Amino acid sequence: MSTELTTMTGAELGAAIAAGQTSAVEVTQAHLDRIAEVDGRVHAYLHVDTEGALAAARAVDSGDGPRGPLAGVPLALKDVIVTRGVPTTVGSRILEGWLPPYDATVTAKLKAAGIVILGKTNMDEFAMGSSTENSAYGPTRNPWDLDRVPGGSSGGSSAAVAAYTAPLSIGTDTGGSIRQPAAVTGLVGHKPTYGGVSRYGLVAFSSSLDQAGPFARTVLDTALLHEVMGGHDPRDSTSIDAPVPPVVAAARQGATGDLTGLRVGVVKEIAGGPGYEPGVEAATRDALARLEKLGATVHEVSCPSFTYALPAYYLIAPSECSSNLARFDAVRYGLRTGDDGVASLEEVMSLTRQAGFGAEVKRRIILGTYALSSGYYDAYYGSAQKVRTLIGRDFAAAFAHADVLVSPSTPTVAFRIGERADDPLAMYAADLCTLPASLAGIPAISVPSGLSEGLPVGLQVMAPALADDRCYRVAAALEADHGHPLTQEAPSL
Amino acid sequence: MPEAGVGITRDEVAHLARLSRLAVTEEELDVFAGQLDVILGAVARVQEVAAADIPPTTHAVPLTNVLRPDVVTPCLDRDEVLAAAPAAEDGRFRVPRILDEEA
Repeated sequence: MSTELTTMTGAELGAAIAAGQTSAVEVTQAHLDRIAEVDGRVHAYLHVDTEGALAAARAVDSGDGPRGPLAGVPLALKDVIVTRGVPTTVGSRILEGWLPPYDATVTAKLKAAGIVILGKTNMDEFAMGSSTENSAYGPTRNPWDLDRVPGGSSGGSSAAVAAYTAPLSIGTDTGGSIRQPAAVTGLVGHKPTYGGVSRYGLVAFSSSLDQAGPFARTVLDTALLHEVMGGHDPRDSTSIDAPVPPVVAAARQGATGDLTGLRVGVVKEIAGGPGYEPGVEAATRDALARLEKLGATVHEVSCPSFTYALPAYYLIAPSECSSNLARFDAVRYGLRTGDDGVASLEEVMSLTRQAGFGAEVKRRIILGTYALSSGYYDAYYGSAQKVRTLIGRDFAAAFAHADVLVSPSTPTVAFRIGERADDPLAMYAADLCTLPASLAGIPAISVPSGLSEGLPVGLQVMAPALADDRCYRVAAALEADHGHPLTQEAPSL
Repeated sequence: MPEAGVGITRDEVAHLARLSRLAVTEEELDVFAGQLDVILGAVARVQEVAAADIPPTTHAVPLTNVLRPDVVTPCLDRDEVLAAAPAAEDGRFRVPRILDEEA
């Protein structure tokens, strides 16, 4: 039974728990056992909250606790989302040992839905990276091939679900940090419309881009989790005051496999070519053929400004990060080093930040400080914001003729650990396809499109703001056409 | 790397690190100066299309004057917050020396 419980979907587990066929404690224990068995090799988790998870499961089993389709279902939470009394490091030494005094809105919503938080997952430090190698606590490995990265920055969350140590997980996506890890681990991962999920209690990297979202092995599970975590939050001034889009209904509708009348635009600028692996291009072509077979019409669209998305992103995100990370001042929380009673506040601050931040974080803080400094502001940050306008215009024009836009989720399959570690620009290229949707704040999902030499490839489906349901409908149709979740084809760990 | 750098110097990087309150090492200055030069060379391309008549976008979903209702709600517990601080004294954050900076 124990093995079976870890291979079931979240929807199946929730139904089985509600029907009394199993208990939330049994399900939770099965996943804790699986973590003990395989996570030494994968390193998806930074902290496993055994006691807290079992207590939450007992509350569901008591019958007086929360009810709902995912009550009693375990989940892995990215370590960028604060959890009261449970360590939250953001993959950084600067927050090592910090116990947050409050829950993020996302955390509170999970608890209210009876979802069992198993633990906190590894990530690139402050969500800056595409491989999880920038974690101060060591890399996470891809369950499909332990020598490869699980994507990033939400690589712990993708690896946890791909390794069957959790049926669901939550990541955050600033430039692709949900979609790219989902793609390279064979999962479904969705970046909601900006403002669709509260950022209250999400440790900020780039506030105008950061957005939390769900991961799962199936589209329906991803939608069910989206519905739990989404919605307006008065504690986040950028939260959209609108209902959660009908993502679960769309996932069920899409699963019928009928896409008749759907207009799919293939974005020429991020469709393939130099830098894209042939296997990724082949899987994308196959997915497009299947969309047509299911009744969709597929045509090419051009979004010329997308070629400027990567440079714009690598100005905007570091600029916002240099401002956001100023809060790590060695006074209110986290690390303090060099406080010998003689050193000044400023010296202690500089020594602490030097000791607490890793290379990529320092690189981006310095880059952002440069881009925002007087004399360079207009040329760099100001120009990047104009590119953001152009990208929004390109999307608006493309969506006039298409219900959804598609591209590969990332140009390559999972690369080897260490392969891009010393070349920041090569690492940044992993986000080439995902950055336009981030800059425009629109929703985008990554759904498995096939394998390339045994490794997963993802298709990105983008929709207009607040039309997240369209992403789920298309993803569910592709999944149904494939016949089973791609993770079932992964080699066993 | 095909992109040409913008010519950011090691001294400029050292200045930026000071502004950022990062006590970077000499070795890091060498590495960062080279890398930042390449990165800036690559991202400077945004200037090619940033015409004067294009308005900037600061936020994809523009919202203005978002205020919560003016009612008293519980805030974080002081002792719990201070327990997470590097140093606290008399119910306050204790900071390193802030006077006589020039001494």
